[in-house]
Amino acid sequence: MTLPNTAKPAILLTSQTTTTTASAASASAASASAAAVAVASLGSNLNSSPFKSSARSYADIAIERNPQFKKITKQDIDHFKTFLEPQSILATTDIGGTIDEAKELDGYNTDWLGKYKGRSQVVLRPKSTQQVSKILKYCNDQKIAVVPQGGNTGLVGGGVPVFDEVIVSLGSMNNIRDFNETSGILVCDSGCILEELDKFAAGHGFSMPLDLGAKGSCHIGGNVSTNAGGIRFIRYGSLHGSVLGLEVVLPDGTIVDNLGTLPKDSTGYDLKQLFIGAEGTLGIVTGVSIVTPPRPNSVNVAVLGVSSYDAVQKAFRKVRRDLAEVLSAFEFWDTRCMQIVLDHNNLRSPLEEEHPFYILIETSGSKKDHDDEKLAECLESLLENEIIDDGALAQDETQVSKMWSMREGIPESLGKWGPTYKYDISIPIGVLYDIVPEMANRLEQAGLYSKDPKTYESASKDDPNVVVKGVLGYGHIGDGNLHLNVVANRFDKKVTDVLEPYVYEWVASHKGSISAEHGLGLMKAPHLHYSKSKVIVDWMVRIKNAFDPNGIMNPYKFLPRTTTSSSN
Amino acid sequence: MSGLRILVGVKRVVDFAAKVRVNSQQTGVETANVKHSMNPFDEIAVEEAIRLREKLGKDKVTEIIALTCGPKKSQETLRTALAMGADKGVHVEVADGQILEPLAVAKLFSKIVEKEKPDLILLGKQAIDDDSNQTGQMLAGLLSWPQATFASKLDIQDKLLTVVREVDGGLETIATKLPAVVTADLRLNEPRYASLPNIMKAKKKKIETLTPKDLNVDVTQRLETLKVTEPPKRKGGIVVGSVDELIDKLRNEAGVL
Repeated sequence: MTLPNTAKPAILLTSQTTTTTASAASASAASASAAAVAVASLGSNLNSSPFKSSARSYADIAIERNPQFKKITKQDIDHFKTFLEPQSILATTDIGGTIDEAKELDGYNTDWLGKYKGRSQVVLRPKSTQQVSKILKYCNDQKIAVVPQGGNTGLVGGGVPVFDEVIVSLGSMNNIRDFNETSGILVCDSGCILEELDKFAAGHGFSMPLDLGAKGSCHIGGNVSTNAGGIRFIRYGSLHGSVLGLEVVLPDGTIVDNLGTLPKDSTGYDLKQLFIGAEGTLGIVTGVSIVTPPRPNSVNVAVLGVSSYDAVQKAFRKVRRDLAEVLSAFEFWDTRCMQIVLDHNNLRSPLEEEHPFYILIETSGSKKDHDDEKLAECLESLLENEIIDDGALAQDETQVSKMWSMREGIPESLGKWGPTYKYDISIPIGVLYDIVPEMANRLEQAGLYSKDPKTYESASKDDPNVVVKGVLGYGHIGDGNLHLNVVANRFDKKVTDVLEPYVYEWVASHKGSISAEHGLGLMKAPHLHYSKSKVIVDWMVRIKNAFDPNGIMNPYKFLPRTTTSSSN
Repeated sequence: MSGLRILVGVKRVVDFAAKVRVNSQQTGVETANVKHSMNPFDEIAVEEAIRLREKLGKDKVTEIIALTCGPKKSQETLRTALAMGADKGVHVEVADGQILEPLAVAKLFSKIVEKEKPDLILLGKQAIDDDSNQTGQMLAGLLSWPQATFASKLDIQDKLLTVVREVDGGLETIATKLPAVVTADLRLNEPRYASLPNIMKAKKKKIETLTPKDLNVDVTQRLETLKVTEPPKRKGGIVVGSVDELIDKLRNEAGVL
């Protein structure tokens, strides 16, 4: 999806007078009549909804650029040139950049999914914390809005500008500052790529405590700023635990050196925790101190086929008990995900027959014979007790990586199949998957989806009708985290209106989180109240205002807009 | 015609995806605490044997025997072959660290052939650790059997074997009578995963263990490794500021102009 420069951003928010919200993904600000049609079509099939939303009225307004933010000029670029190298600045031609620079800017303005697109005129690529400090101090003084950007692999539009915010890309800050061979504590710049850090750690016999599909591009600073989860969460826990310290530049240019390397420290408020998951709304993370666990030298991976979601849970209970400390991943995905990932990557299924659900188990340990024996006993017992129907155990590293690609390749494969609506939710394990068939039914009732492949096989983005091709689920069972993905022939408000706010209300009714590991960004900012009480949101706003009184840091995102600033 | 008996060779090697490091004495690569797996080309050979049985029927392929020569841990590799579908395993065990050269392996194989009387021998075209690409050819020589190396397609009708080989100019199709030795190339097939039920069954399958002495084969090394070194590390590139600087570097540093 692309927008002409003059268009309003592709985001719709609720007005202050209504309590509910609409699309985060439609192609342009919908006209009032389009919104009315969508409401009418929803009205008939929302009767079965257990939530109050059916009675709510929908009213959409687009976000508007905050006029208090200064528009960038050539003078500002000239100022940046006084302390940044020429190749650290990319600008549009009207403010002194070249045509090539303007082209390169496009990549920084567009998010990975192609769902969000800003129109910033400048990217700054500082090489040091001091440069970041000078940038922020100037922007704060001049009231220029800023969006920090890491590897640009976010899924909720948090890392790209909404309007013309200055993009501060941390990609040129990618040095490892220190590594301690005894403690395994790594100190590095925030622009280091996760996979590069993992390779570095591997060279010393350690591994990064987190791993995720985007590891080849995502930055550690972005991981910290979004409190990323991923597939090692079950083993090594949250970044709130493994990050030992941060170096942060505040909006006024102050450098907060909180880059401690102490696993234990009980002196005062733990300020760094505020910046973990703050999505660049309080300042820019420039340095990270993180504890890396010893790298396991024995890794086993198995893919299992099971007949129901209930069996997935049963297997999880048993596996966690039997494998205990060597279990390092327990992932699951449904049969539709498997079909698409195999087809897209031209892979052979490890199992002969199709199964309604697939499970991937990984063990990591220090002694191969010990792990092998434990795993073999556990898997045999799962099979004998008919908890699982079939399974395959990787015999070499090639099979290990192929099996992993069947799980990790799902987001990319779905993205290639069609525009994907992504919901990343945390809910109690017992009902985790229920939302997938429920959403499929709702989309079917709304006339947008049919399980019959014939109805969508030929649907292209130019099809006059919006056609949902698949409603799929996969995720991290161990963390109670489901990725609900809806793939359509294009992003369309009609689909969003069926999905939202229903998904969020459903999650709230189960006391879940509307964002388990993807953050809030632009997409979920208006929906924060589904997961957090008014008291909590109010305190978040106070914290934001304390650090960033001018509101220049990553504006329009993270917090519900109606509460962020009285100046809007 | 009685059923076919297929002998498949499998070798335990450092895993294809493992990072290989030269040991400190520069006599070979580090093997302690490094992941080992079945040689990928042997995996293809095992897969082909199983596919032949699936294609021709159980009565036509009466037995698939997996054979490995190596240290005690090579049994794991044999178990993988059994889990994929081989019927029984034969392990010619040597001491840890004993290097088996292609000729020694070919001789050991030829002795097993005398015992097991297979009609077809399937091997990987080469092992990824020493890349010798000799065992299959030497074995055919010792047995005076026809050989079809680098097979990318294989078919058997009655006792006539047809093999498509990948050669420099394209594809070459050859036909020969059984018994014969075939070595598998990469594109022959994509090996299956070992399923849990088959892994469990494989534990109950028989493995016969022998020593080179039992077979009356001398496996003493005939080749001497002088030194093993790593390839030189690749240096990082640099960004030049101007065309003049580029020409200067090409001329004076790289010496290519």
